[in-house]
Amino acid sequence: MAEAVTEKGTWTVKKGLAEMLKGGVIMDVTTPEQAKIAEDAGACAVMALERVPADIRAAGGVARMADPAIIMRIMDAVTIPVMAKARIGHFVEAQILEALGVDYIDESEVLTPADDQYHIEKNAFKVPFVCGARNLGEALRRIAEGAAMIRTKGEPGTGNVVEAVRHMRMVMGEIRRVQNLPKEELISAAKNIGAPYELLLDVANNGKLPVVNFAAGGIATPADAALMMQLGCDGIFVGSGIFKSKDPQARAKAIVAATTHYNDAKILAEISRDLGEAMPGLEISTIIPEQRMQDRGW
Amino acid sequence: MLIGVLALQGAFREHQYILDKCGVSTRQIRKPSELDGIDALVIPGGESTTISKLINSFNLMKPIKDLANQGMPIFGTCAGLIMLAKHIRNSQQETIALIDIEVERNAYGRQVDSFETDLDIPVLGEEPYRAIFIRAPYITEVSKGVNVLARCVNKIVCVSQGRFLVTAFHPELTNDLRMHRYFIENIVK
Repeated sequence: MAEAVTEKGTWTVKKGLAEMLKGGVIMDVTTPEQAKIAEDAGACAVMALERVPADIRAAGGVARMADPAIIMRIMDAVTIPVMAKARIGHFVEAQILEALGVDYIDESEVLTPADDQYHIEKNAFKVPFVCGARNLGEALRRIAEGAAMIRTKGEPGTGNVVEAVRHMRMVMGEIRRVQNLPKEELISAAKNIGAPYELLLDVANNGKLPVVNFAAGGIATPADAALMMQLGCDGIFVGSGIFKSKDPQARAKAIVAATTHYNDAKILAEISRDLGEAMPGLEISTIIPEQRMQDRGW
Repeated sequence: MLIGVLALQGAFREHQYILDKCGVSTRQIRKPSELDGIDALVIPGGESTTISKLINSFNLMKPIKDLANQGMPIFGTCAGLIMLAKHIRNSQQETIALIDIEVERNAYGRQVDSFETDLDIPVLGEEPYRAIFIRAPYITEVSKGVNVLARCVNKIVCVSQGRFLVTAFHPELTNDLRMHRYFIENIVK
């Protein structure tokens, strides 16, 4: 038999890792110690950051890619996949993250955008990308650029799940709607939401996004995670919700269990007990529009 | 025939989809009571650390092991392979430990080294099998009684032992039904 030809960085392989993360929880961490806590609690991946979104929000100023040293220490500390964030449009930060060997890049609105018009051309990379979206058009634009995984934007760092719910309902509702459109109306629908026609056609035919869709932005409790799962997402990102709470260990474990047993209220009641205080929450209307992270992205 | 698919985390729906195409009924397994009445079990790809923690915290380890010892067939892919191996190199990770193999986790490297390739798997026939390896393990040692079914660049990536079948790659991510059919026809029946 001839030596097998192995192909790396294919669409199947990029999308495939996201498939393996489904039903799991991806946790924001800023130190190797936090990464270990997340892994021991059953996180299916960690997001390596310099600051969690709540602290980024509090600090203000320009938020950039984390120091590679921090990311590398976290990669050395755990065996689960490690993700890291690049600024919207900052393809050189993405090149650096790919060179470091991170498993997934989040082109994220949590950081300050580096380009006010364009996102990264993600098809050019071997490493897969996840991107945030508030609606179907935004999700399909990111997929067209090469995102192999989508998440709701929610409103990061608030501990308030309302925006994640809104974005998940929006995407799911739009998917249901395009499924019922006659074919002659699809091209115009694609124009109206700014989505590539071929991808919208795929959604209309299959009744789902062509990639995995997680929930993110404001999830703070096991009930929040189960809520998002029942609304139809494939898995959960928790940013500030764990390490800004009183007892990160217990909360991390409970959110992992809630993401698996999202449909079992008895188990949810059991695992929600005695977790200590959740992270302090923020009412969305108190955030001035310029500071809403979800509006970043084009 | 009813096949249980461990649905704690990972690509369990993809396994159900393929088993459905093979004409087999499936059930998602998240707690011990759901194991009652299944003819076989699939442990899907996912994050093995996560699956291992959840198997323990929801008391599935012993019931699965008991059923396996009573003859229940099990098919494990990637993380499922790790969960069925008796030994994991450089790791204390707890597994169900049913197959006499040693496994190296993330053996090919990180995600940028994940790949797909055509494999020669003689038990599935002559046509090559498109195998998808994602942060995949491979098998470093096999004991007597373990059948090696496929290698990829000299590494063992698919074996069976008695009523257990494991792959380091992800048949659940393809449209090729042959691996699942092999499990149903040659191991479960």
